[in-house]
Amino acid sequence: MEQRVLKKLVKSISSMVKSFKKSEIECLIRIFHSLVKRADVRLDNTGLDRNAFQAILHSVFGMTDDMLMNRVFFAFDKDNDNYINVKEWVKGLSVFLRGTFEEKLKFCFEVYCLNGDGYISREKIFDMLKNGLHQQSPEEATDERIKELVDIALNKMDYDNDGKISFSDFEKAVKEDRLLLEVFGPCFPEAKNCLDFEALAF
Amino acid sequence: MAKSTKLTEAQACIEANRNPVAKILGLDYKVIDEISEDSSVLSILDKITKDDDPASETKMKIAMLLKQLDLHLLNHTLKHISLEIRLNPGTFKNDIELLKRFSGKGKQTVLEFIDYTSDYEFSNGCRAPPWRQLRGEICYVLVKPHDAEILCVTCSKGGVFLNGGKTDDEEEVNYERTGEIYKDLVTLLREKSAIFSENMSKQGFLHVRSCHLCTEKVRVSEGQQKEKDQPDETPRKTEDATLHKASTASHRSALESSRINLGKKQMTKRLEPSLNWKTTVDAKGKRSSVRDTQGGKHEGRLEKPRPSILPGIAQFRKSVQKVEDIISDSTSESEEDEEPSERRKEANADLPSEYWQIQKLVKYLKRGNQTATVIALCSMKDFKLAQETCQLAIRNVGGLEVLINLLETDEVKCQIGSLQILKEISHNPQIRRNIVELGGLPVMVNILDSPFKCLKCLAAETIANVAKFRRARRAVRRHGGITKLVALLDHEQNSTEPTYSSLYETKDVEVARCGALALWSCSKSNGNKEAIRKTGGIHLLAQLLKTSHENMLIPVVGTLQECASEENCRAAIKAERIIENLVKNLNSENEQLQEHCAMAIYQCAEDEETRHLMRRHGGLKPLASLLNETDNKERLAAVTGAIWKCSISKENATKFRKYKAIETLVGLLTDQPEEVLVNVVGALGECCQEQENRVIIRKCGGIQPLVKLLVGTNQALLVNVTKAVGACAVEPESMMIIDSLDAVRLLWSLLKSPHPEVKASAAWALCPCIQNAKDAGEMVRSFIGGLELVVSLLKSDNKEVLASVCAAITNIAKDQENLAIITDYGVVPLLSKIANTTDDKLRQHLAEAISRCCMWGRNREAFGEHRAVGLLVRYLKSNDANVHRATAQALYQLSEDADNCITMHENGAVKLLLDMIGSSDHDLQEAAAGCISNIRRLALAIDKARYPYNSNRHYKLPSITQHRTCHSHAQEP
Repeated sequence: MEQRVLKKLVKSISSMVKSFKKSEIECLIRIFHSLVKRADVRLDNTGLDRNAFQAILHSVFGMTDDMLMNRVFFAFDKDNDNYINVKEWVKGLSVFLRGTFEEKLKFCFEVYCLNGDGYISREKIFDMLKNGLHQQSPEEATDERIKELVDIALNKMDYDNDGKISFSDFEKAVKEDRLLLEVFGPCFPEAKNCLDFEALAF
Repeated sequence: MAKSTKLTEAQACIEANRNPVAKILGLDYKVIDEISEDSSVLSILDKITKDDDPASETKMKIAMLLKQLDLHLLNHTLKHISLEIRLNPGTFKNDIELLKRFSGKGKQTVLEFIDYTSDYEFSNGCRAPPWRQLRGEICYVLVKPHDAEILCVTCSKGGVFLNGGKTDDEEEVNYERTGEIYKDLVTLLREKSAIFSENMSKQGFLHVRSCHLCTEKVRVSEGQQKEKDQPDETPRKTEDATLHKASTASHRSALESSRINLGKKQMTKRLEPSLNWKTTVDAKGKRSSVRDTQGGKHEGRLEKPRPSILPGIAQFRKSVQKVEDIISDSTSESEEDEEPSERRKEANADLPSEYWQIQKLVKYLKRGNQTATVIALCSMKDFKLAQETCQLAIRNVGGLEVLINLLETDEVKCQIGSLQILKEISHNPQIRRNIVELGGLPVMVNILDSPFKCLKCLAAETIANVAKFRRARRAVRRHGGITKLVALLDHEQNSTEPTYSSLYETKDVEVARCGALALWSCSKSNGNKEAIRKTGGIHLLAQLLKTSHENMLIPVVGTLQECASEENCRAAIKAERIIENLVKNLNSENEQLQEHCAMAIYQCAEDEETRHLMRRHGGLKPLASLLNETDNKERLAAVTGAIWKCSISKENATKFRKYKAIETLVGLLTDQPEEVLVNVVGALGECCQEQENRVIIRKCGGIQPLVKLLVGTNQALLVNVTKAVGACAVEPESMMIIDSLDAVRLLWSLLKSPHPEVKASAAWALCPCIQNAKDAGEMVRSFIGGLELVVSLLKSDNKEVLASVCAAITNIAKDQENLAIITDYGVVPLLSKIANTTDDKLRQHLAEAISRCCMWGRNREAFGEHRAVGLLVRYLKSNDANVHRATAQALYQLSEDADNCITMHENGAVKLLLDMIGSSDHDLQEAAAGCISNIRRLALAIDKARYPYNSNRHYKLPSITQHRTCHSHAQEP
């Protein structure tokens, strides 16, 4: 890539993402490009597709839950074109690595909310929690248990009692107890993996 | 007229006795119930038959009304009791019998059949085999509902549940629990069978059953009583009856407090008030006796005020805790284990709704993945974890094991959630023990190394809660916890360590605070104090002491205060210049901080240099001004303690006089709890060493309250009071007051105290009294049996007692008549017997006593005969000048007897005495010279007579010329 183009890109991104230094942004862009090439994406599409991104989440950030990684992909992919471009990449990573509490809060809500209707409904929660119990008893009984778990979660987080969790519900609950941030599954890599990535990248 | 007075009387009756049922219930209410009922009816009948006048009629009406009220209250209470009690064989039997009646073929019945698996019934009403009874299981029942298979149900004290069913060979029941626990049989069957539930409501079964319960009330309560006493239910009861008493006492009062916590209706609270008060008193008594037997230590340690200061519920809580602490510190493992197991059964008595909800959550903790676990943890945090019901529920459904297991995973969020819960529930003494038993401490100690600061904090805080008893504290040390906790204090170092930034982050200061909090709990064990010092904890605490966060300072000063009971730690505290900061914090606004600072000063001021430091840093004035705030008794005790120890230095006592502290202290001699009194009197005793202070005490009327305290029983207090009275007696004017209050007799009777320290202190106090009293000889003789008592104390094996009694004898013997009496009581052989001591203090007073006792009859010869002289000569080789003087005087007295002179010479006294003549002490010089001259005079006389003195001894006395070359001569024989 040409030096001049790179500089310009760094400049435009750094006006958007404040938490990284310019040099760091440059590193991230380089990494992005190397990843894109390795992922063997067609040249005219400068982005990571879902599979490639999930592979990165898994191998670099140690995330394991397929369903949630899928959702994280959509949270990264702001323009919904099913590809993550370089800007989305840096912006997403800034939440991953340096995100403030508010940013992370929003990110998590986006991940759990998925289809953008602004609510986390009972059904969505059920989907996210359905693998939450180790299989022991027959299918039905487990389903029953999951439903109860959904009720417990809703009971805790649904402040306005409308049977679904709005952003303000979510915000209130998480502010009260930060453990609830990733309440329906891990959205962020572990702290250790983040440090490792930073050490590697910068 | 008659009616109205009767009415007021009855009203007064009820008012004075607001809670008749509770009072009745306090005793064996079954009996009373019957008796009172019968007797009142009888008496009424009597009256009716005797006369018919209208007055007795109204009386009878009132009596009937009262009886009605009685019965009403009784029934009401019993209903509550029957709901409260746990399940027992009786209730099951009733249930099953009743259900049998409603069973059979046909649509109207509730069940097809219901029967026991075993026909044999044990004498206690159980049908389960004995080894299962140990688990609280009572019987097994086979039930066939209309719409389900045969159910095999276990009825246990904890509830009713489905078991594994009968095995194929039809012999044994598979005892394993397969279903959930229900509170009784009917509830279980309602769950399992729809037809049962439906028909039940048709039959109005519940109504029948509740009536049944009412009529059975007496039997049930009897059963409850029996259960408490049944030996086979608590197989691990310890043999030691007193220990058992303490444990049940604490158990009961704990139970009471748990009830209060539950926020139940007043009725519940009223159940056994009288009994509970009694048991708490028992527990208290037990505690003080434990403390007494531990003896010795009391002087160095200031005890926390008794709960008697605090009113009401707080008292229950405190006394429970205290008893627990005592037990943990003074009893065996079995005792510790027993309590929880008993409690477990009690807790099942009524299972609140929280129980089932918590059980459900624990299931998610067990079976869920990380996400489900975190949700369950967060939900569990919403329960009122400060309540004992929830705490015990978590434990009883096996939640503790799971929570501790979660700590061992790598999941930070699970660890955090689990610790947040453990931190809350570990306020409960039972839970603490369970956590330690389940091996929770090593896991938490490991977490202290976590890169997540908030995990460190939570772990340290939980450790602070758990390490409230000795075994836990030891466990923390064994697993290297002290080193790690001390490392937490070093927050400058901490901030350079690599940590993971995360959302749950806390400040470094907070980490240090939590570390200090945990160390505070741990520092109550001596081993940990030493460990804290060795790992450099005192230095770090000193650094933290310079900060100004109050919530940081309290645990820091608290830890220092605990550590200061150890000599090595005190040295470290002095070296770190901590006193300065303690003084600074005495001026803080926070009462708790002031209290701990004063406590730390109290501990540290054992050391003279520290006392001077206190003065130099201006710490005496704040102490003196804190004396005027007497509401907070804990703080007052700490402040007076600090003043006591500081006033040991005379300069400090002078300062305290300037700050008018003496007057205030005298004012505190009345209406204060004992732990304050001990310190106040101790301080006065020290201040009395100064003449001016003695005058002040007399002038503010301090002697009367002091003398009043002489009749107490608190050992530490008595030691201090006797000392203070003795110090006052030095002043002749004060002595007159003391004499007029008959205080000498009180002091004398304290010589009979079972505690050697009190004895010794009383004997010391008697010395100035005898010295300064008018007609001392007469006074002493007026105490019947007094002289015999003093002489008999010479048989003691406590050196301090012996020394003090010797000093008393010295003073008593100043009166010839008294000397004659004690001689008759055999003071000479007893004094001679203890002469082989090596203790310098005892030697000094013994020699003085001997020299006094020489003044009567042939006591000089008697000392020689009892071989005291040779031993006394050895005292001259001691390094103590006081011993030298007293011994030389004694030898001078003894040398009036020729045989003693020979013995002295044989033992090489002459050379030693010659050295003493060179002393600058005039008394010593004189006595030594007198003694030598007596020896020489004897030799001279013998020389002159040229007469073999004693052929038996084959010994030739030295001549005068030989004496001149005494140095070489001394080795001759």
